[in-house]
Amino acid sequence: MNPQEAETVLTSALNRIAPEIDLSQIDRSADLRDECDIDSMDFLNLVTAVSKETGAEIPEADYRKLHSFDAFTLYLATHAG
Amino acid sequence: MPSLGADMEAGTMVEQLVAAGDTVRRGDVIAAVETQKGVIEIEVFENGILAEWLVHPGDTVPVGTPLAVIHDAGGQETPDLPEPSEPEPAPREAPQPVDPGTEPATPEDQPPADPAPAPVQPEIPQTPGVEIPPPDTQRRRITPAARRLAVRSGLDINSIPCQEEKVITRADVIAAATGPPPSRDKTANQMRDAIAAAMSRAKREIPHYYLTHEVDLTATDAFLKDQNADRPPELRLLPGAVYARAIAAALGKYPEFNGHYSQNRLHPRKDVHIGFAIHLRSGGLVAPALFDVSNLCLDEVMEALRDLVARVRVGRYRARELSEATITLSSLGDRGVDQLSPIIYPPQVAIIGIGTPRLRPALYDGRIAPRLMTSVTLAADHRASDGHRGARLLRRIEKLLQEPEKL
Repeated sequence: MNPQEAETVLTSALNRIAPEIDLSQIDRSADLRDECDIDSMDFLNLVTAVSKETGAEIPEADYRKLHSFDAFTLYLATHAG
Repeated sequence: MPSLGADMEAGTMVEQLVAAGDTVRRGDVIAAVETQKGVIEIEVFENGILAEWLVHPGDTVPVGTPLAVIHDAGGQETPDLPEPSEPEPAPREAPQPVDPGTEPATPEDQPPADPAPAPVQPEIPQTPGVEIPPPDTQRRRITPAARRLAVRSGLDINSIPCQEEKVITRADVIAAATGPPPSRDKTANQMRDAIAAAMSRAKREIPHYYLTHEVDLTATDAFLKDQNADRPPELRLLPGAVYARAIAAALGKYPEFNGHYSQNRLHPRKDVHIGFAIHLRSGGLVAPALFDVSNLCLDEVMEALRDLVARVRVGRYRARELSEATITLSSLGDRGVDQLSPIIYPPQVAIIGIGTPRLRPALYDGRIAPRLMTSVTLAADHRASDGHRGARLLRRIEKLLQEPEKL
């Protein structure tokens, strides 16, 4: 999956979970959960949605690699088929 | 400015309901003035044309000051009205033309029905003809005309924006009635109102006591990591589900914390329906129930929790979920703070608050070790239970969280 596709998938999933957040305004290198005010249930739903969309497994142990919007995108680009 | 009692020396014009040049008829209300007794309507006593206002809104003038000049229909000036020295002589027992808002209860601004017994009023000997000011000093001051318009427009008087210390006038009501259409803000306001009502009632009626206990969540955390390692995201467990199961399992022996309090007594419930506090992205929170948690396995609780949160996020939950919870769980999650002192949601009798787990140096097996610790707080209703039993309930929850695989 190229980074552009990964970004599209992540953006659309975030828009569903945090519809009031303007993703063009967030700091993409900062903590994603802080930037979008995402609690653990929202985060689990985000991971579930993105995993279904991309086929990436995203084990819990990899959550720390998803710390920012950019890191999440990079992760998807490298782990999704 | 008419005199409305021997003690009245002055009044303030707050509203003029007719403009200069308007025709007025005997009995018309043409203005409202504010006095120490409240806001009072001024009637006109003859037919004619209001030629000129002599006192303007905001002006305070002594009793007897002419308020306006009224010409009779033929154009002749009539004596100033109302007649300064001749207020309608009325016996003291007669109903005073006071704003209905100063009477004890008017249908349009009664608070929402509250099953709570009304606070006992101090007994004041009722002497006929003696006015006793109502104890309610928080009532909004509003002119009678504005009140009628608000009622006709279906507006809640308390929702009409108006500067503090100012009397609400028709202009304020019209502005409120034609203001921006109801929106997301309105929903948020209703949410805020609902929380305000429930929490005020809780703090007013429920004698809370609080117990806090440090709980080691290292075992729970390890169990969840182990379980989730092999699970696809849609089957993973969150700590909230484990907390809910532990609470439900512990409550079996402590029924006085599970149920509702009404008619001056506790009604314990056999089933455990845990209200799960969920914050809303649009502001506010709700605590809809996870049903029958004591008879569900951990996976089932997690599934119910996911379903509940998903529905709450889109605003689709069931009435029963909002009324049937028998105890509430408020977990701050993994990004909150160390501890909370939660407020019981009436008519429930207990709420358990779980702080954000944090790695801390703790004594474990006789040695200092980094352990994942959190504080668990029980707020309970002292009418239904006592601290001794509350402490045992917390200990029981702590014990169950050390063996999460059994939940």
